[in-house]
Amino acid sequence: MSIRLDGVGFVHANGVQTLADIDLQVAAGERLAIIGPSGAGKTTLLHLLATRLRPSQGRLELLGEQPWTLSVRARQRLRARIGLVHQSPPLPPRQRVVTAVSAGRIGYWSTLRALLNLVHPLDSGGVRDELARLDLADKLFERCNQLSGGQLQRVGIARVLYQSPQLILADEPVSAMDPVLAGHTLALLNREAAQRGISLLASVHAVELALEHFPRIVGVRDGRILFDRPAAEVSAAELQALYANAQLQQAPAPAMAPQPLMPRC
Amino acid sequence: MNTVPRDPAALPRLLLTLLALALLWPGLSLSELDLTALFRPDNASVMGGFLAGFWPPAHDASFLQLLWQATLETLAIATAGMCLALLIAMPCALLASRALSLSALPRGGRPAWWAQALRWPVRGLLIVLRSVPEIVWALLFVRAVGLGPTAGVLAIAITYSGMLGKVYAEIFESVDPRPTRALLGAGSGRLAAFAYGVLPNAASEMLSYTVYRWECAVRASVVMGFVGAGGLGQQIDLSLRMFAGGEVASMLLTFLVLVLLADRLSRLLRERYT
Repeated sequence: MSIRLDGVGFVHANGVQTLADIDLQVAAGERLAIIGPSGAGKTTLLHLLATRLRPSQGRLELLGEQPWTLSVRARQRLRARIGLVHQSPPLPPRQRVVTAVSAGRIGYWSTLRALLNLVHPLDSGGVRDELARLDLADKLFERCNQLSGGQLQRVGIARVLYQSPQLILADEPVSAMDPVLAGHTLALLNREAAQRGISLLASVHAVELALEHFPRIVGVRDGRILFDRPAAEVSAAELQALYANAQLQQAPAPAMAPQPLMPRC
Repeated sequence: MNTVPRDPAALPRLLLTLLALALLWPGLSLSELDLTALFRPDNASVMGGFLAGFWPPAHDASFLQLLWQATLETLAIATAGMCLALLIAMPCALLASRALSLSALPRGGRPAWWAQALRWPVRGLLIVLRSVPEIVWALLFVRAVGLGPTAGVLAIAITYSGMLGKVYAEIFESVDPRPTRALLGAGSGRLAAFAYGVLPNAASEMLSYTVYRWECAVRASVVMGFVGAGGLGQQIDLSLRMFAGGEVASMLLTFLVLVLLADRLSRLLRERYT
């Protein structure tokens, strides 16, 4: 079991309950998409799983360990086994792509090795292979500030793939890409995860992309899980309920329900 | 009527200006600043005679040889002092900065209270190091290790490590924290996270500040020369005592060139690294 949440809740520092009563179990190698309207708590959920936030209530188990009962050192070792793809990749603008991607593994390296790698890339071959999967092999020695937003997101994905974690968490990993590239990249992420037996959780804005690429869908709304079922069993009515918005009275939906739920980019 | 509403900030600004002036006045009277003394005829003629002695700058071969030696010594004092200061400042800055805090990771960048408490001794050390002026350290070390450049090097190393450490720690905290947090969150050690997350963003500012401090160290080493710590300062002191204005002028021109060079170097490094 790679993730197990029992009644997990999170109260933000300002007192707002962002997540409540989350029960979720993810087996090793399982792939699921988290969908839901903006502000539903998708990012908070991913950050809880990435141990970037500490749950206020409930029990959290990752890769068989409870991160917040571990010592600092053991928690850092656990973190090295979890990869987080950020929506806007936090890469220093002047850093070279080869350094940024190889930084994925510094959780496993000794400090000396990490510093040596900064002076001279020790594994540019391995880094280039990961970049090649994402069509970025020619950017190996470019600086990050020379890349577009979509290219940066793919560098962020290459970094997490290079980290070779046991669990990949992706927060809107394709939000800066055009629809074709977004579909291609999500397919690649799923393929790599399936091949390497990595569990994959991704929050995705575009519902049809989520339904197309992920076998299991979790709908989150107002900090709670609304539904959690195989992609094939998700009904149009459930999606309507997930995205229904009292404030934004839209034109009445046509007969095809998923129509108004096009990418909300 | 469509009168434009009055700027609500106008009154506070006026009051703040008046307050600043009111505070400035006692400062001026306490420091006994009297600008009219500059323009009294007898004082003016004394200064005029003094300045007239500055021309022409001395340039005979033996003096230039001496000047060259003293300049090299000054540069050596400043550079050696800065190197020693860096050795102390870097570890202190890393320890004092909140940028590499692991406990701050799940708290939105605010470290736990005990982690902050542990940083205080380091901050205190940096404060002690820089609160005593380098000239005082120089006087102390001249007594301890004797006349000569060693005293100047030690004095610069001690004071400047305090300044560099404090400013470096603040630079680390002021750059974008997300790369570092992402690395710490992916299990990296703190030093590695510093090298991959903080350094690329902080390097240019650190370089520029370090070169500026080196320039200050050149000036400081001159002042310390007056108390016998070697270099150009000692020469200026000697020349002033012998009323050799031409020599003083040459040495002041040397300074101008040194500061100019430091400025160009800083500009060059910044252009290269930003």
